[in-house]
Amino acid sequence: MQELATVISVAHIAAAIALLNGIFTTFGQSRIAVQAIESIARQPEASDDIRNAMFVGLAMAETSGIYGLLIAIIMLFANPLVDAMINLLS
Amino acid sequence: MLNVKNYGVLDIAGQEVWITETVVNTWIIMAILIIVAIVVRIGMKRWKTIPTGAQNSVESIIEIFDDFATGMMGKKLGYTGGWFFAAFMLILSSALFSVFGMRAPTADWSTTFGLALISFLMMFILGIKHRGTTYLKSFIEPNIVFFPLNLIGELAKPVSLSFRLFGNMLSGTIILTLYYGLMPLYSQFGIPVLLHTFFDVIFGALQTYIFVVISMMYVQGSAA
Repeated sequence: MQELATVISVAHIAAAIALLNGIFTTFGQSRIAVQAIESIARQPEASDDIRNAMFVGLAMAETSGIYGLLIAIIMLFANPLVDAMINLLS
Repeated sequence: MLNVKNYGVLDIAGQEVWITETVVNTWIIMAILIIVAIVVRIGMKRWKTIPTGAQNSVESIIEIFDDFATGMMGKKLGYTGGWFFAAFMLILSSALFSVFGMRAPTADWSTTFGLALISFLMMFILGIKHRGTTYLKSFIEPNIVFFPLNLIGELAKPVSLSFRLFGNMLSGTIILTLYYGLMPLYSQFGIPVLLHTFFDVIFGALQTYIFVVISMMYVQGSAA
């Protein structure tokens, strides 16, 4: 029982650390948006093309942030070690 | 609602098939889309050459999407726009489905991986069909030692497509489940409208657009 509590608490700390890559995601996405806004200010006729390219770039940069969220969700809700230990204990 | 409920286990030819909540919700979405398609098709018998009313809106939707597909992929590959429209409708309906309190089928990695796998197979088969051995030789460019890198780059495409859609839909589902689980009853009317609009409608529509645009870019990159 003691080991199960230790494993679950370490899994929660790991989930919190896994979300630290959101810092870099924020900076990357803000750079894309800044460049898009400056380009629209320079040439307002191409704003449709710039907006499409900006959305695609934002989604690409967001993908690695979502990988971190995925690891955190697996740690919290579908942790294989916790499941194995619960099977052992019961 | 964070776990997918299991409604029953069938036994088909020795394999056990699980009928889960995702499967049943996909059937409901399929039924809605098929009924809408049949209604439009039956109404097509009375269409005139100069469109008015409902015929106008249906024709304009199809024309907007067809122009978008041929604009992104070129006239030669424009015939694949049909599948992209179907995928667009499926993912958009699934995103709007979770506004009604039921779990969206794309919040399950199986559904999104299936859709991404179809995109990957389309990219591969259309590449072989339209470019033949040039496409297969592009894996060995510029040198034979680059083959593992190119292969992993190609295999990473459906994985990242599926995880992008799955992660966005699942995070919306989790946030709303937590909100409904923690708030008392009198604040479950009204305020969740903002959360639903932001996380389900806006992010769902954006992710369907991103899925379709990136799939079109992959197909155009490998077959044109």
